[in-house]
This record gives sequence, C-alpha cells and structure tokens, in this order.
Amino acid sequence: MRAMKRRVWVRSMVGAAAAAALMGSAWAQETLKIGLLANLEGPFAVPGQDGYRGADMALKEKNGMAGGKKIEFVKVSSDATPDKAVAMTRKAVEQDKVQIMIGPLSGDEGIAVKNYAKTKPDITFINGSSGAQATTLSDPAPNFYRFNTEGAQWMVGLGEHALSKGYKKVFLVSEDYGFPYSQVQGFMASYCAKGGKVVDKAWVPLGTKDYAAVVAKIPKDIDAVLVVLGGSDAVNFLNQYEQAGGSKPMIGGSITVDQTVLNYKGKRRESLLGTMSAGPMADSIDTPEWKKFVADYKAQFKDGFPSPSLFAYLYYINTRAALEALDAVKGDLSNGQKAYRAALQKTDFKGPAGEVKIDSNRNGVGTTYITEVTKAPDGSFYNKVVKTVPNISQTLGLPEADFKKMGLGSRDVPDCRK
Amino acid sequence: MSASQWRRAMNSAATAAAPTIATRPATAPRAATPVGHADAMPTSLARLVARIRPRHVIVLLAAVAYPFLASPFFTYQIGAQSLALGLIALSLTFLGGYGGMVSLAQMTVAGVAGYGIAIFGTSSFPAISLGWPWWLAVCISLTAATVFAAVVGWLSVRTEGIYTIMITLAVGVAFFYLAQQNYTVFNGFGGFSKIAAPELFGIDFREPVPFYFVALGCALAGYFLVRHLVRAPFGIALQGIRDNPRRMASLGYHVNAHRIAAYAVSGLLAAVGGVLMVWYNGRISPGTVNLAQMIGILIIAVLGGMKHPIGAFIGAIVYVLLQNFAIDLFIRERFNLVIGGVFLAIVLFSPDGLLGLWAKLRSRLVQGPISPQKRRQP
Repeated sequence: MRAMKRRVWVRSMVGAAAAAALMGSAWAQETLKIGLLANLEGPFAVPGQDGYRGADMALKEKNGMAGGKKIEFVKVSSDATPDKAVAMTRKAVEQDKVQIMIGPLSGDEGIAVKNYAKTKPDITFINGSSGAQATTLSDPAPNFYRFNTEGAQWMVGLGEHALSKGYKKVFLVSEDYGFPYSQVQGFMASYCAKGGKVVDKAWVPLGTKDYAAVVAKIPKDIDAVLVVLGGSDAVNFLNQYEQAGGSKPMIGGSITVDQTVLNYKGKRRESLLGTMSAGPMADSIDTPEWKKFVADYKAQFKDGFPSPSLFAYLYYINTRAALEALDAVKGDLSNGQKAYRAALQKTDFKGPAGEVKIDSNRNGVGTTYITEVTKAPDGSFYNKVVKTVPNISQTLGLPEADFKKMGLGSRDVPDCRK
Repeated sequence: MSASQWRRAMNSAATAAAPTIATRPATAPRAATPVGHADAMPTSLARLVARIRPRHVIVLLAAVAYPFLASPFFTYQIGAQSLALGLIALSLTFLGGYGGMVSLAQMTVAGVAGYGIAIFGTSSFPAISLGWPWWLAVCISLTAATVFAAVVGWLSVRTEGIYTIMITLAVGVAFFYLAQQNYTVFNGFGGFSKIAAPELFGIDFREPVPFYFVALGCALAGYFLVRHLVRAPFGIALQGIRDNPRRMASLGYHVNAHRIAAYAVSGLLAAVGGVLMVWYNGRISPGTVNLAQMIGILIIAVLGGMKHPIGAFIGAIVYVLLQNFAIDLFIRERFNLVIGGVFLAIVLFSPDGLLGLWAKLRSRLVQGPISPQKRRQP
C-alpha cells in the first residue's frame, strides 16, 4: 500500500515540476508587463469589456511595442466594488509584477486604487475610465495619473444649453455614489448660477431595478428630468418611466445616453430623440482623428458596439498616453520611474476627441461635447454634436478659490431647490 | 409535505434504523462517536497527545512556515484572506454542519463587526467615526455582532431548512441596503476607508507577515473552539437537536435556547473574521456585505465540506485562489465560467466537498471501504 501511495505522490510531483518548467520558459521573453484593470462582472460588465477593447486598440496602433519593448497586458477584472478593484490591482502589481498599472473603471474604485497607489511609490498608476473628482482633487497620489477629464468636467456647458432650451426646472434621478455626484455638480454649477432650479433629487443605489417609487415622486410642473444613470440602470428607468406614462424630455449624464442605451429596443426609443447630454466624446465628432478612431474600432472588433463607447475612448487615451511616454523615454523605467513620470507630465497629443494633456494634479484638461440624440439615415440613433467646449479645467472654469468654496460634489452640494 | 414534516419523517426513519438505543441524553444522538470519545474529558492531556496525527503537525508547521517561504502577495492576499474568509465560513460550518441551520447572514454578521470597527475606531470620515482606541472598538464590535447574530437566530430558529435560508437571506439583504442608503451611520455607498490594523509593540500589523500571524492565531483559536465545543455537552446536545429536535425536547432540552446559543457562538466566530476582513481590506463598504459575498461564504463552506471544521479553511483557500487566478487561465473574458465550473464539478462529484473527495481518495488508496474505526465523526 505504502509503495503505491508513494508512487502516486512521485508521479504527481514529477508532473507538477514539468508543468512549472513549461510555464517558466513561456515567461522568459523580454517583455514589459502593463496591468490592465476594468470590469468583466457586476453592473459595468458590458462597458468594462469595451474598456479592454480601447486599451487593446491603443496597443495595436503601436504594433504591440512601446519604448523598444514588447508590451504585454496583464488583464484583471473587478466587479465595480472598491474592495475587488484594490485586490485585483494588488494581484497585478505584487504577483504579476507589472511596472505600470492602468485602471480602474468606476469612481469609488478610482479613489480606492489611488489610496493603494500611495503604498507603492515605485509603480506608476494610470487611470482607466474612473471619473470621481476626489481622486485627484483631494489628497492626490504623486504616482496616479489621469489623462481623461472627470465626471464634473464632462457636464460643463450642459446647464447653459438646457436653459437655452427653456428647461428652467428639472428633477434629478441619479445613482448614489461618487461619479454621479461629480456629474451633477458639473451640471448644476453653471445651471444654478444662471437661474435654473433642481427641484428635488432622487438618489438611487447602483444596480436599482425598481424605479416605481422614484417615478411616483416626479412632480408634474417640471420642464425636464435630469437622468444620471448608467448602463442597465438607465434602461430600467427608461422602461418604467415610459410605462408610468412619463413624457417629460430627458437630460442625460455622460454615460446615460451611451451606446448601451442608444441600442435600447423599447417603445421609449423614439422619445429618446432630442435628449441632450454632454461628455468628453460623441459619436459624431467631425474630425479626421475621430473618424479614423471609429473606423479602426469597427475593423478590429466585429463583436463590439456600432461605435466605440465612452469607456473604450477613455481607456484608449489613457493607454495611449502611457505608451507614448514609454516611447519618449525609450522604455527607461529606472530610478523609481523618474524620467517616465516627467514624460507623462509633459504628454500632450491630439487624441480622437481633442487634446490630451494634464494639469499639476495629474488630472486631464480637455474638451467637452454637448450632444442631442438624432436619427441616422439607416435608422440607428446617435449623439449629434451641437456644441464644443474646449480646455475645461478640473475647477470647471472657476477660479480655484471659488471652486474650493463650493466644495466637491456630494448629495447636497450644490443645492438650488427654490 | 412541508419541510418540517419531511424532516420528521426522515428522522424517525433514521432512528428506527439506528442500532443503538440511547441510555444517556448526552450520548443519545449519532454524535456519540463510535470510539467513545464523547464522554472522555477534553482536558485529558494524554488523550489529546494520542489524537495528534502526523498530518496535524504537518499542517501546523506548513501554516507557520508559509509566510517565510511565500511572497508578500501570497502571504497577504492569498494566505491571510483565506484565513479570514475561512473563519467566517467556519461559523457557517458550525451552524450548518453541527446545528443543522444554514444561515446566509454570516457575512452580514461579519459586516456588522467590520462596520463597528469603522464607526467606533478611526477611519477617513472623522465626522462619523468616533476614534476610540482599537481594543475598545474591537470589543464593542465583537459584542455587537454576537448580539446581532443571536437576534438573527432568535428570529429564525422557529423555521427549518429552506425557510431559515430565506429569513437569513432577507436579514442580509436588508442590512446591505441599510448600509448602502444610510448616510448618517454607515456613510452609504462609499463606506469607510483608511481603517488600519493597530500598531502594537513596534509591530505594524498592516504588514503582510504580522497580519498573517494575527489571522492564523484567530483561525486556530476558532478551529479549536469549534473542535472543543462539538465534543462538549453543549455541542453534543446541539447535534442531537440537529438530528431529532422532538426527541431532544422530550428529553428535557430547550431546543430553541440551544439553537440561539449556536447562533451566538457562530456570530462570534464570524465577527472575528469580519474584523480581520476590514483590517485586511483597510476599508468597508456595502460591497463587502452584498449578496455575492453572502453566497460566497456558503460556497466556501460547501466547497470545503461541512463535515469537519477544517473544510471551511480548505474551501476558502480554493475560493481565494480561483478568485485571483481563474482569470489567468485559458478564456480571459469568461473566467467566471472557470470558477463556476470548478464549483459545480466539486459539488457534483462530491456532495461532501473537498473533504469528501479526500475521504474517497483515501479509501481508494487504502483499498476497500473505510472501516468503522477509521470513520471520522464530526
């Protein structure tokens, strides 16, 4: 019996050793590993997948090389909870030994990863698509870079546009976490200053399925509903608002009238026409850079959306900035990545949707596009650009002191009920 | 036929088939071990030493040597997390395996303790956190979570089987939404961050190796507590209640009191695990206690096997390894398929989890069925 037992042991040990040896030789190539964190589970699973596509595009444009080295993505996935985002970032950094980490996708994940970044000063962290203001505005990490603009910046200019359409009183429905707070502040900062009223705010948990209570609360005497929901939440709200007989026009947040919602097949689809929203990109930007970006996306991903989503775009510009800076320093990450970080700080290129550069807090300064939903000749819906607002800083165009006085966006800031 | 009727029918059938007839209440149910350990004094050192097998020594040595051999990542994210999750799963193993009550709210109990640490201790939100010393926060949190578990138990002991699962599920989901929507105490969606393990005697317990040993110490304490309890009169009575509550009631045992006490004990175990989890993550938010996490604990317990307390830790190791490394296996975009597939395979081929697989493997190696002497009793 014992001999037999031992034979089994010996055999399995030999097998394990052989497997380990094979794995070892696969790793022996000279490559630079970059961690890539987005979501493949949870409420942002579909947008998350498009985030990976955006990063893949940026790498493919460079034929998989940057700074003279072959780049290999170590992809990890979160489920939009900060715990998981940090756990998976830690896995990529400490276990897979990546030197540069790109991600995460959503707001509170971004704040959590920024806090983790402080404990790893030798690694450079570059944002994926997260857009909470606090990530770079309060207590920033010196090694966390965000080349995209954030949630509040994306909504600058939409307030004025809404007023110009005669929407003087709106009701807000929004998810209850960091990113929508920022979005709402970006909208309200100028909307309230110019005389608009947000009569009431309904904050719903992320992933809410039942909006009956919210729909019942919407007053009759408003001009429009400001909907700052994303992905499947927005589709659920649209469905139930329509079933309850809601007919007010909609103003959308940056991820409300994204491709996920434009591809929505319900009855409310037609009434989506004319919905205004704002964001750092739009489907119909009329520049050669954007058209090339869309064409490349379509050619590369047959299973993708009809046009790249916000997440694909944001992951694309952040990844591209990471790779271009690597080229600039010829792949030199020595000396605590000092040269690399200097190159990142100096990054300034013309992206698909305008200039990509960062401020002294390492946060993006960029363009916002104001759009309205329009029908294309082939019957599909798209966001038509009606206005472009360039060079928006993180203080929303206000002097820094004025912005600090207002404070970061939260459930109660800003407020203009009456 | 209702669940309780079915259960009673099963029980009476089992009792009819049982060859031995109880002579003393303490040894009445099938928890009485065939080798007669039940009435041995647990303090008897000689018996204790006699029970030590080479595998006990090997496991203990491996657990102690592990952080010195493994990388900080493996020590912290795999090792310490497995121990903390294992402790929470152990509370379910105790409750389910020995008490016959499957509760989905164990992660919630752990979350109550975790939130306690954030609210009474220090965090990034001084407006809510009271900033009391860590030991006081830990004491209050453990007490609060134990009381909470006892209340959950008190609510659910009158139900059986699937109804217990439903009630505890409801409690867990209610707590999740409370934490997510209440901003005055739980700080809503964002929760609390910058919650640190204490620094003591010049040792920073946030560092992987010290934290691992704290987790290991707690896990061992929890393990031996369960091992001791299930051989003590309370545990024997509890197993009797699991097997036949009516007979135990007629023998004069207070069935509900025993069950509530079992909930409280499991609550304490889960609370310790919860404190470890919040120190491990350095933060707590509703995502820590959501439905996926609650079910995760059940998966861990079932995966490892509920017949023996060690199953919870084996299950936790497999669970944490899969969570971390499934994405590196062949289909990246579909890595949850791998996780689900492994769970399904284990449950399908071995209803007793990995422990059951081990028992099968051993019986095959020894050839022939396991003799009654070798059969392990819980």
